[in-house]
This record gives sequence, C-alpha cells and structure tokens, in this order.
Amino acid sequence: MFSNVCGIGLLGVEGCLVHVEADVQDGLPGFVMVGALAPEVREAQDRVRTALKNSGFRFPPKKVTVNLSPADVHKSGTGFDLPIAAAVLGAHGALDWEKLSDAVLIGELGLDGVVKPVRGVLPMVAEAQRRGKHVCYLPIENVREGRVIPGMRIVGIGHVRELIGMMSGPAGTGAERAGTRKEPSSGPPRVPRDCYDVDYQDVQGQGLVKRAAEVAAAGRHNLLLIGPAGAGKTMIAERIPTIMPSCTMEEMLEISKIYSICGLLPGEQPFMTRRPFRSPHHSATAQALIGGGRNPVPGEMSLASGGVLFLDELPEFSRNVIELLRQPLESHKIVLSRVSGRYEFPADFMLVAAANPCPCGHFPDRNRCRCSEEQIRRYLGKISKPILDRIDICTEVAPVEFGDLRGRKKAESSETIRGRVEQVRKIQRERFAGRGIRFNSQMTGEDIRIFCRLDRAEEDFFQEVYQRKGLSARAYAKILKVARTIADLDGAAQIGHAHLCEAIGYRSLEEKYWRPPGYISIQKQALAEVARRG
Amino acid sequence: MGEPFAERDYLYWLCQIPPLGAVTIQALLDRYQTSEAVYHIEGSRLAEERLISRKAAECFDRMKPLLGKTAAELAGLPLRGIRFVTILDQEYPERLKHIYGKPVGLYVKGRVPDDSRPSAAIIGARAASDYGIQIARMLGASLSRAGVQIISGMALGADGAGHEGALMEEGDTYAVLGSGVDVCYPRTHLNMYLEIPVRGGLISEFPLGSGALKAHFPMRNRLISGLSDVIIVVEAREKSGSLITAELALEQGREVMAVPGMVTSELSRGCNQLIRQGAGIVTSPDDILEYFQIKQEKMLRLPKKNENALAKKEKIVYSCLDLQPRFIDQVVEESGLPLGECMTILLELELKGYVMQPTGHYYVKKI
Repeated sequence: MFSNVCGIGLLGVEGCLVHVEADVQDGLPGFVMVGALAPEVREAQDRVRTALKNSGFRFPPKKVTVNLSPADVHKSGTGFDLPIAAAVLGAHGALDWEKLSDAVLIGELGLDGVVKPVRGVLPMVAEAQRRGKHVCYLPIENVREGRVIPGMRIVGIGHVRELIGMMSGPAGTGAERAGTRKEPSSGPPRVPRDCYDVDYQDVQGQGLVKRAAEVAAAGRHNLLLIGPAGAGKTMIAERIPTIMPSCTMEEMLEISKIYSICGLLPGEQPFMTRRPFRSPHHSATAQALIGGGRNPVPGEMSLASGGVLFLDELPEFSRNVIELLRQPLESHKIVLSRVSGRYEFPADFMLVAAANPCPCGHFPDRNRCRCSEEQIRRYLGKISKPILDRIDICTEVAPVEFGDLRGRKKAESSETIRGRVEQVRKIQRERFAGRGIRFNSQMTGEDIRIFCRLDRAEEDFFQEVYQRKGLSARAYAKILKVARTIADLDGAAQIGHAHLCEAIGYRSLEEKYWRPPGYISIQKQALAEVARRG
Repeated sequence: MGEPFAERDYLYWLCQIPPLGAVTIQALLDRYQTSEAVYHIEGSRLAEERLISRKAAECFDRMKPLLGKTAAELAGLPLRGIRFVTILDQEYPERLKHIYGKPVGLYVKGRVPDDSRPSAAIIGARAASDYGIQIARMLGASLSRAGVQIISGMALGADGAGHEGALMEEGDTYAVLGSGVDVCYPRTHLNMYLEIPVRGGLISEFPLGSGALKAHFPMRNRLISGLSDVIIVVEAREKSGSLITAELALEQGREVMAVPGMVTSELSRGCNQLIRQGAGIVTSPDDILEYFQIKQEKMLRLPKKNENALAKKEKIVYSCLDLQPRFIDQVVEESGLPLGECMTILLELELKGYVMQPTGHYYVKKI
C-alpha cells in the first residue's frame, strides 16, 4: 500500500516542502529510505520503527520503502521523523493519510514515541503557509513558535500515539478530537515593541560617544570606538540597537527566522521583537562569523542582521576572519555555495567595532602608557585597511571620571534619541527614493555630488582642512557623507559649517594615528634637499 | 699583502674587531703606540699580557687576513658619504678627547660638532608626553636659533623632538646613533636621518652595518654627554636611560639641567629627582643661554600665544585646555558649550595653530 504526507526541510533560511512517500509490499522484510538524505535523516528509520513498536503498533514483516521527494534536494535535520512515521503508518493502513493532505508534519521522535522539538520551525511553518497548507502538526514545545505565522492551524503533538488517534477516526473529525491542543494561529504575539533591557539613560557622561552613536545609527554608518579598557565601549555599543528605528513586522519575522534555525528563540516568547546585538569573541572562526557547515547554518553576521554586529578588540580578530566582512558590508547578504546548492543568508547589520588605542590601552595618558609610537602604529595597523575604509565614524572613548558616574543630570533616554534617528531615516527614504540605496552611508560618488553640495565658503574651508591635515580622497568622501547625516539630524537642507566641523572630528583612524603631526613638512624638505644635492 | 698600509688602515681594522671596545683599543694603543704595531703582535701574547681576553684574541687573529678588505672598505667610505674621523685627525671633537673611554674612531655622516660653538644635548623619554615633546621641540628650536648646536640620540619621543626643533629652525643638529651610521634606527625617523647630515651630522662609533643593539645605547649615551656642554633632560622616569646619561655627564664634568614637571607625573619623576640633587632648572630657553652667556637682544621666554586675537567663545574653549591632553567631553563640561559648537571651535583653533590633537578628540595647547 502507498501513502504520501508532507514534511518540511530547511535550505539555508528558507523552508522546503518535502513529500514523504511510503510503500509497503511483500518481500524480504526491510526498511529502505531514499531521497538524498543526510545521516540524521537516514537514522530516522530506526527511530521511527522503534518508536512505532513502543507505541503499540505491530510492524508486519514486510518490505517498507520510504522516499523523500523532490529526490534531488539534500534533506537534513531531525524534523522528518514525524512525517516518516505518519507515512509508514499510512502505508500500513494504520491511519488515514488522506486526511493529512492539507497538513504538514514536523517533529523528531524518541524511541518511546514521544515527539521532541526541532529547530527552525518558524521558517518551516512560513513555507507551509506559502505553499497553501492549512494545518501544521508540531511538537508541543514548538507550538508557540508556529503560532507566530498568521492563518495557520497549529496542532501540538506530544506522542505519536496521539497522531494515530487523531487520524484513525471518521473523516473530518481527526483534528477536532484533539481539541485540547488545537488552537488557530493568532499571528505574532502582542508584545510591546522596543522593549530593551538596556537604555542610554543608564550611561552617564560620554556625551561625544553617545552623539557619535546617534549619528551612526541615523545614517547607518559603521562605527569604530577607540578607548582604554573599562571606558564603556561595550556599554555604548550594546545600546545602539535601542536607538535604531523600531522593527517592522517583516523585519521581526526575518530576524526570528534566523534565530529559529539556530535554535536561539526564547521558549516563552518565540519571536524577536528587538533588534539583535551580537558580540562574537575575537577568537571566532570564519565559519562562526559567516555561517557554514555542509548544510550551512547562519553565522554571527546573519544573527546580527537587522541589528548590530559588535566586534570588540578588533585588532585581535584574525585577519582572514575580518576580511570576510568586506563583501557582506557591501551587499548585505552572504551567499554560500555547497555541492548541495547555493544558500543565501541575510547580513544586513550595522558594524560597530572597538579597539584599545595601544597594546597597553592607556594612550594618550603617558603616565601610564609606555608604548612607543611604532608599537601603537603596529597595533592599530593590524586592523585591516579595507575594513577601515568601510567605517565612516571613528571616535575616542575616554575613561569615565568619578564626577560623571555620580550623575548630576539625567541622561537622555534611548526613546528620545530613537525619535530623532527615525526622523532622519525618513528623510533618507525620501531622498533616495528610486536610487536603489537607503542610507547616507551608501552614497557613492555621484550621490555625494548631488546631495552633499557645499557652498563656496565651506568648500574653501574644507579645502584648507584637507590640505593641512593631509586627508585622503577616501576620507574626503566619508566626511561629506557623515556631514550629510549630521545636517539631517539638524533638519538642515544644506550642510553647514558646524556639521562639517563635527564630521571632520569623526574622521577615520588612519589620518590620526598613522602620521605624527609636524613631521610631514620636514620630510618633504629633507627629500627636496637630498634631491638637490643629487 | 705587500701593499703599503697607512696607520689609518690599521686603526680602521682595529675598530672592526667586534670584541674590542673603546677602552681596550685605547689600552692597546697606550702599550704599543701605533695600531700598526698592535697589528703585528700575536693575539695570544696580548691575551697573556691581559690586555684582551682569550676569546677576543682568537677573533683578533682571525681578523688579521682581512686587513686588505677593511682597508678597501675604508677607501670606499667617501663614496657612501661617510667619513672615518680618528683621534689622530684635526677634526676629532676636542670635547671627546677628555672623556673616559673615548672612541679612537668615529663614523660620521655630515660634520662633527664645532668645538668653538656651544652645544647642548636634549634628551628624554622615548614615550614622552605631549608636554615633553612640545618642550623638547621648543627648546631645540630656540637654542638652535641662538646658535647652540643641538646634540641628541635620534630616538623616538623627546630626543627626536629636540632634533626636530633644530631642523625647523634650519639649525645644525647632531645625532649620536646606537647603530652603524649607515643604519637608520628607528625607521620612523627616516626623514630626520636624511636631513640631519645635511644640516649637521650623524655620528656613531659602531662599525658600519651594526644593528641597534641594546648594549650599544649606554655607550652611545656617553658620547651624547661627551659632545655637549649642557645636558637638558626633558622628561625621564626613575631608572631611565636619560638618568644614566645625566650621571655620565656629571662624571664627565658637564652641566646637567632638567625641565621640571608635575610631581604627580611618572614621566617627570626623574627630572624632579635631578633637580633635587642639584641639577639646573630649565623654565625657559633663557636659562640655558644664560649658562652659555649668550646675550639675546630679546629675552627668550616661554612663548605664549596671543589670546587677544580670539573670539570670546574661542577664548572660553582655549582656557579649558592645558598642556596635558584633555578629552572633548571635559571641554564641553567646563565650557558649558554644546558638543557640536565645541568641535567647531576646536577645529578652528587647531587651524589657527593654537591647539593640536595628539590623538582623536583629545586636545592640548600648543606652545
């Protein structure tokens, strides 16, 4: 006899509907599974057979063939146990599989027949809905997560016996009989948005860094914080998601999907309503960052998508790991190619990095820091140039003084700052409508010419700074982009003097540390002299 | 062999033997008068006479066949812009002739300091603060303008700043290196290394090609003090190389002066200690010129910026700054002006030359 039920696998972040077909025929007793299966799927045959036996189902000595179709898609994960069990039971006539034509089954089986939770339920249910299914049979632990998708009937299954019970009665009553567990999907749970555990209100002092964070969040500029240990770099960074614009429903769903696949959704409230903040350790490998494995799972960059990827101790990260950031920072996604296919993960994060100013961390306090200029240069030189090129704003963080910690006046709350950031994001949306970019930080040469025009006086002033400080052409563009964001925060249509000056202050690391002041002219003179003397 | 070698060739050869230091070579010359005579004596005999160690004797004998090669190298030096100035030469600095352990030969790029003009050494910590760097640069510049030759070690920090000050005034300055004179150390000072021989000179007692070994630096320090009349210590920690130089200077009978600093500053502890022990105190370039009895038409005080040219708000911000780096948040706090305005004013002050940024968002007054 033949049966056919639906399961769902994962390909990257997307679900993939899989038909599980089973056939029972006379012949040498055996259990054969085909259809491009990963080891954990192949092992399902033993789990399923034993679980069914221990649930009271007597396996007749026949030949069982199970096929997972489409047969050319690589199938992995443990969620196929339940559909395989259902298909086998259907093929033996122990349940009416035709009642399941509108349903999708997901779940892992224990040897005693208990249905165990699996990872990635959210994208799976989303795919089931997209493919026109109406019912999902899920492990009880995953029910809350499944309910996030609106318009799906979610049925929790605790034991494979329940499934048999539901399906063996007269048509149309199966699901209802398990009425205790059946509830229609309510859509995403109503939770207050923007409810974070941290707030900028908690940070005393640090006016400059907070301002820099605000500018960075507003224009989606990547940010580099430089300061000694204990100055509050991490504290500032982990609060940046709180001032980014509130998540839209689509964004929350996207973020939640990634977390679902990685099994990181909190059980009691399986939906990400906050922007993520990810802070991988500096010993992280390339795989940990971009994601990987034979059946790729998302890495930190994808987990940070929609929020902030914080790289503390940037110079300590291994160079090849850091270089991997280059492409995602441009394209906002990661594409991994494997034999089994091409996987695309989102990587739409804002990069915040932190570094000590020197190996000991106390520069420029010369009473404590004995690092030579050369050591400092070498230390910061470990930061990859191409990454620095993608960081528009760089700011120092000074150690907090006792007076600041006591907190004379109350600091601004994240909500107030977020309001300004959202305003600027709105301005940017209107400005860049139809240009294929969303943020000031994404402007290229042509956009900069159009949107960052300076008036005569400012042009001259900037020229002077450019020459006096020996800025690079790249720094020139970065300063203009940041000045644009600062002007937007100010509600100004034209970049003014103060905006420009502030942006110059945030210019990137290279010009500041790489060249000690005063030496440039001497070198030029010396070389000229040498040339003159032959 | 058979070529006639001059005394200079023998002396140069003698200087190439690594284990033989200045004192040993001097002892050999005292015993045998000429280096030619030393050359013809067996190493083992020198060892028996306890003039050199056994190991050195071996090396001494092994170097003998290389005389032709070293002589050729000596002949080729002018092409490389290097001169070998020996104790027999007229040019050999008079000041060095009287110190203990004077080198018999110096490798020179450019000139050696003029005996008839005053010379001052500016030394200090490598990891000097902005205060130290600025003072060293200012002293270098104003002394140089008054005709004083500036001697230092071309090291990072205060040393380099002293040279830099002199170079900015286009004055002559002399660097005594801890490496061969053809080796630029530290490499970040390549520009100085190129310019100093044009204005003054690079001097070293170490054979060409020697690296900057740790052991070289105390030896070099005795030459820095030896070549100078006054040693000015700008910033020094306790137990630092600068203090060793100051001690050597006292042994050589030189005047030691120190720039005072805050008592809380680690970097000035060495200087304050020197002052307590009786070193001269430097509060302006005048203090040194007074020692040299150089009369200036204009008194050389610590230069002070004219604040009258500044706008009111600029004055407020400027008054919040100091010679120690201050973070912008402190400036905002003290001036009471908003952050953006402070950044604008500070940038303008920087362009006008009133302040500088040692590192991003930290500001110091410029002197």
